[in-house]
Amino acid sequence: MKASLRRIAAAAWARSLEFVRDRSSLGWNLVFPILMVIGLAFVFSGPGQPLFKVAVIAPAEAKLDASLHPFLDTPQVQFYREDSRDAALPKVQRHRIDLLIDFTATPPAYWVNEQSPKGALLERLIAGSGGAALQREVTTGKSIRYVDWVAPGVLGMNMMFACLFGIGYVIVRYRKNGYLKRLNATPLRAFEFLLAQLLSRLALILVVNVLVFGACRLLLGLRMEGSYLDLLIVVTLGAFSMIAMGLVVSARLASEELAGGILNVISTPMMVVCGVFFSMDGAPRALQIAADFFPLTHLLNAARSIMLDGTGLAQLGYPLGMMALMSAVFLGLGAALFKWRQD
Amino acid sequence: MNSETALEVRELVKHFKQVKAVNGLSFDVKTGTCFGLLGPNGAGKSTTIEMCEGLLTPTSGSIRYRGEPLGPRYRERVGIQFQSTALQDHLTVIENLRFFSALYPVRRSLDELIALCRLEDFLDRDSRKLSGGQRQRLLLAIALVNDPELLFLDEPTTGLDPQARRNFWDLVRDIKAAGRTIVLTTHYMEEAYLLCDEIVIVDAGQIIARGVPSQLLAEHFNDSVLEVPAAEAPKLAGSMLAGTPKGDTLEIQTPDVNAAVAALLAAGVSLAQLRIRPRTLEDLFIELTGRGLRE
Repeated sequence: MKASLRRIAAAAWARSLEFVRDRSSLGWNLVFPILMVIGLAFVFSGPGQPLFKVAVIAPAEAKLDASLHPFLDTPQVQFYREDSRDAALPKVQRHRIDLLIDFTATPPAYWVNEQSPKGALLERLIAGSGGAALQREVTTGKSIRYVDWVAPGVLGMNMMFACLFGIGYVIVRYRKNGYLKRLNATPLRAFEFLLAQLLSRLALILVVNVLVFGACRLLLGLRMEGSYLDLLIVVTLGAFSMIAMGLVVSARLASEELAGGILNVISTPMMVVCGVFFSMDGAPRALQIAADFFPLTHLLNAARSIMLDGTGLAQLGYPLGMMALMSAVFLGLGAALFKWRQD
Repeated sequence: MNSETALEVRELVKHFKQVKAVNGLSFDVKTGTCFGLLGPNGAGKSTTIEMCEGLLTPTSGSIRYRGEPLGPRYRERVGIQFQSTALQDHLTVIENLRFFSALYPVRRSLDELIALCRLEDFLDRDSRKLSGGQRQRLLLAIALVNDPELLFLDEPTTGLDPQARRNFWDLVRDIKAAGRTIVLTTHYMEEAYLLCDEIVIVDAGQIIARGVPSQLLAEHFNDSVLEVPAAEAPKLAGSMLAGTPKGDTLEIQTPDVNAAVAALLAAGVSLAQLRIRPRTLEDLFIELTGRGLRE
């Protein structure tokens, strides 16, 4: 046991030295996410976001079209169905959606966030649509800037790339150049080697992201309602599960090109369906189900809950459980499939 | 098996899909000796040595180390220097040594190792910036971090300049003098002749010759080689001497050097560029494995 720990520590240390001394790559890991968050904040702070998103609560048999209300015939607006006002209202408050209309309320009413310019515009469209009058209600939640919502997404996405490619490319390169074969001739076991790579990567990603998060919070005044410790725990588990995912991809490959292709095939859908840039509310059900299979979805949901709503870990059982489950499955699979040498 | 046998290999077979890479090899490596495994490219040397290192599982046959099958602890007791090994980027020589050293339960003092492999002058250099000879000395030191009783060297001097190669041979002699057992593969017959106490030559997965290098030469050859410029060949037409052209030279094999030189003089051949040499391991190797193009 002691010998095993010594081997893991030695391998993790050697890998960390390699990473830290690769200055260009380290600089990129630090600077890129900050630039990305600032860039997005700038791009989306101005006018010109084309799509409006409106949640509608209506009787199950009613269709979401002009027969319900002429406003629903507006093609520039995406209407989608929500079941309960309790679930939908916070989304209006946090600018995840622009408006909520409840046709089951008496009288039928809409809820708007007064800090939302898009909401104000939609109110005028309702007034001008010529349908039955809807009661105006104003929500009182604190407004959340887009940057507060998107920053966790961008940091999470960046972390996903760092996890997947960071571990994937390195192990494939080691296999291709014969370094793994050399290690195989020592008492180092596959599980020890993989754990060392994972821990080294995890530690570095956490350090880098703490710095990046701190910089973003200073520069952009990011909102942080919950506990830093909770956030750290969530981020650690999320990064662990995504690194373990990278281990599965790199378990046998000896070509960086092929590994890069496969990692892109995995990371691109994660970027799209996990809610990095836009909320998945109102997206087709199939996409939402698909998103549930990616660790990034759960990482972002949990991180946003903590940062935007101050949710505690006790209420985050589902995303935490899913990330833990995925970590265990990916790590087991990665170790079982692992090969030291190319065939 | 006697008590002095370090490695005992019997009827070793390895098949890769349709290819029979190794086809029934048997040999013993005696403790404290340097054993040479020679053969042309594709003969099955690397496959054989990797099975002996415990990295490849034989299709059939047995390998025993000190009378025991190769168990899980075998890796802790042997040292291996591969033909070509990448190391981690951005690590210095001393960091590489410390890392590999930490992987073993029994470790040799690094100071000793540094002195033995003459690494003092470039301990803090990035391992990617070493010369060929320095790099091979580092790889040898890494193979020795666990103070192994048995050391595998797989073409350790390939690509080195003559000086670096001779330095490396000195190191190997030192290691042998300290009582270690060495299994060496090489393409350089001079290297095998100088370092090995015993050799086997393999071709097409089988042993085609084995023995002490000098005895092998004595068994296969009772002659020497006279080399004269090929341009002199026509003058030999009437004499009893026949030669084989090899590029610009003509090689004449003869058991009686004095008589042959007399015959050359009688035929009017200029002796200004005459070279007389004994038969070498390279001659034997070429004779046994043929000269077909097979790289």
